[in-house]
Amino acid sequence: MTEKKKAINPQKNPMSVQDPALRVKNFNEVALGYNEAAVIAEAGRCLQCKNMPCRQGCPVDIDISAFIKLAGEGDFAGAAKKIKEKNALPGVCGRVCPQENQCEKYCTLGKKHEPVAIGRIERFCADWEMANGTGSQEVAPPTGKKVAVVGSGPAGLTCAADLAKLGHRVTIFEALHIPGGVLMYGIPEFRLPKAIVQAEIDNLKKLGVEIQVNSVVGRFATIDELMQEEGFDAVFIGTGAGLPHFMRIPGENACGVYSANEFLTRTNLMKAYLFPDFDTPIRVGRKVAVLGGGNVAMDAARTALRLGAEESWIVYRRSKVEMPARQEEVSHAEEEGVRFKFLTSPTRILYNDDYWVTAMECLQYELGEPDESGRRRPVPIKGSEFILDVDTVVVAIGQGPNPLVPRTTKGLACTKRGNIVAETETGATSKPGVFAGGDVVTGAATVILAMGAGRTAANSIHNYLTGK
Amino acid sequence: MYRILKKDVLVPSINLFEIEAPKVAGKAEPGQFVILRVQEKGERIPLTIADFDRARGTITCVFQEVGKTTMELGTLNEGDYILDFVGPLGTPSHIELFGRVVCVGGGVGVAPVHPIARALKEAGNEVLGIIGARNKDLLFWEDKLRAACTELRLTTDDGSYMRKGFVTDLLKEAILEDGKIDLCLAIGPLPMMRAVCELTREYGIKTIVSLNTLMVDGTGMCGCCRVTVGGETRFACVDGPEFDGHQVDFAEMSRRSVIYKPQELLAREKYQQNNACRCTCKGGSCK
Repeated sequence: MTEKKKAINPQKNPMSVQDPALRVKNFNEVALGYNEAAVIAEAGRCLQCKNMPCRQGCPVDIDISAFIKLAGEGDFAGAAKKIKEKNALPGVCGRVCPQENQCEKYCTLGKKHEPVAIGRIERFCADWEMANGTGSQEVAPPTGKKVAVVGSGPAGLTCAADLAKLGHRVTIFEALHIPGGVLMYGIPEFRLPKAIVQAEIDNLKKLGVEIQVNSVVGRFATIDELMQEEGFDAVFIGTGAGLPHFMRIPGENACGVYSANEFLTRTNLMKAYLFPDFDTPIRVGRKVAVLGGGNVAMDAARTALRLGAEESWIVYRRSKVEMPARQEEVSHAEEEGVRFKFLTSPTRILYNDDYWVTAMECLQYELGEPDESGRRRPVPIKGSEFILDVDTVVVAIGQGPNPLVPRTTKGLACTKRGNIVAETETGATSKPGVFAGGDVVTGAATVILAMGAGRTAANSIHNYLTGK
Repeated sequence: MYRILKKDVLVPSINLFEIEAPKVAGKAEPGQFVILRVQEKGERIPLTIADFDRARGTITCVFQEVGKTTMELGTLNEGDYILDFVGPLGTPSHIELFGRVVCVGGGVGVAPVHPIARALKEAGNEVLGIIGARNKDLLFWEDKLRAACTELRLTTDDGSYMRKGFVTDLLKEAILEDGKIDLCLAIGPLPMMRAVCELTREYGIKTIVSLNTLMVDGTGMCGCCRVTVGGETRFACVDGPEFDGHQVDFAEMSRRSVIYKPQELLAREKYQQNNACRCTCKGGSCK
């Protein structure tokens, strides 16, 4: 490492982005990615540490220094192949992983300078491979075992890819008409183009994975029926966090109040932003308030501007530092003109005679002692009520697990909140042969953690099926 | 893709489709619904199941052409395919031996009443069916309902067939004429279900209604279909579609049902313009 000592650029090579003034009027991708020169330059910043600290930050255990080395040599096909050994969705992860809390957090370079832009390099390699269509992936000889994967979000897709590579016959059951789960219905086009997700799903099909859309497990068949009547030897449940939480305040059912799930599903999955060319409508008024401080809230606030809202507010009950959203998402939102009301929470939603939202009454908060999450607890300030003039409210305060599978599966242990109980190390549930992972186990988290859980479960399912 | 095995124009603008969907038919129960999508740019719309045949693997839906999507659906014929068709969704009707049950169906709501009435009768109930429509031309399935119920009474708003009046008039007579009614089920336009509930509330007759709210996913994911029932917010797609009618906030529901009225009108107008002419000009340019 010390032999070829050259001056290291202390900063990441910049990635071009769409101009905020322009992008707020379209749904095209905001971050435009590296070009070849930039990716080679950025890969050249990597110190190729022997102990590879970055790798411990990756939930799917990608051989990061190896793929960066290949990328630095201009061997993008080789780099993509290296990534795909561990990650079935590199184009997705390169875009939506919170790398600053994962691989890049442990980058040696990051101790003094900015870390290597691992995510951007990953994204470039994935896109390069998609554009240039390179090598096929190796699939083990058929084992004769059948696995059902319930849900086609990040956990299910990863689990399916791993099991297919190991030679098992995998069928994914997806409730909606398009596979991809939150990658399709939740994360907006401008952050994760749907063509990228579709390409990654097509790759999965090349591995032999069968995807049945329009198939709601728990309705057309239960988990037990899949195993006893349809001949599946094991089942993975990755049904995600599909149950929207509401504030439980007066006026919340008024017209113009959306859950973030509905707001984003109409826009992303159903393409309401192209109405009337597409049939699904959405209504965005002049002033939109989005309740919450996570990535979903940022997505909704930025979507509202693109749908034509004049003002888009994030209303969050803690302060800026406690916001769970990625810094990059917050900055992008700020650049686009999203405004923030911190230490604020609504007490009721006001509406007119036609039941349409006219305003929101809010209460101001201050930060008190830290709570169980370690963040300072917001405490309401008495008499601080004020009226925020809005005509659309999007509730983005989190989601619970979809209850359909837990409710219809006998012998499946769940928590009080309805999450499926599964061992962290294996994904095993209380029901033999049934595994689970992702948001339905952990509660709403990130794409990459769900993928990690899918990977873990795939390994255990493989061991279970091969009698190890 | 889901093939239309049979199309039947029941009355002008109300069509019956029998659709090949073995996965849905295998589990369908009275009271449940499906969601379908006609084409790639289409919206997802819920339709209540009007009948099912497990052996044939088919689901029967009856729908009225009111907006763009149902009009487009109505242009499909036997042998054509529906792009997406998912179900069975929602909680099935609660069927048990109640005793004497009145099933009220209004307009296109007569169709979903049918399998429920049949199941109730099979469970040993005495089922009085009351169905109505605006006029004679809009009334359908008299024969099927007659077979599904123990007794059937009919009414038309304008008196062009059978009794003149509303279903609530017949219901009131039934309540007054003799013994106890143990349960009432009502499916039809919102004002009808509301009127039925107001009437049965007076007489303390438990009443179940099936709510046809706006929906997107139909699996409890979006909350578009939320309704207030007994002061609590419920999701019609998973908690329903059937609820205790005396607990439903109908005023809220009717306001929520017209959220997209302007967009619906726009879409319909555009569709009608583009399809004004059925000749090969595709859009009326021949005029």
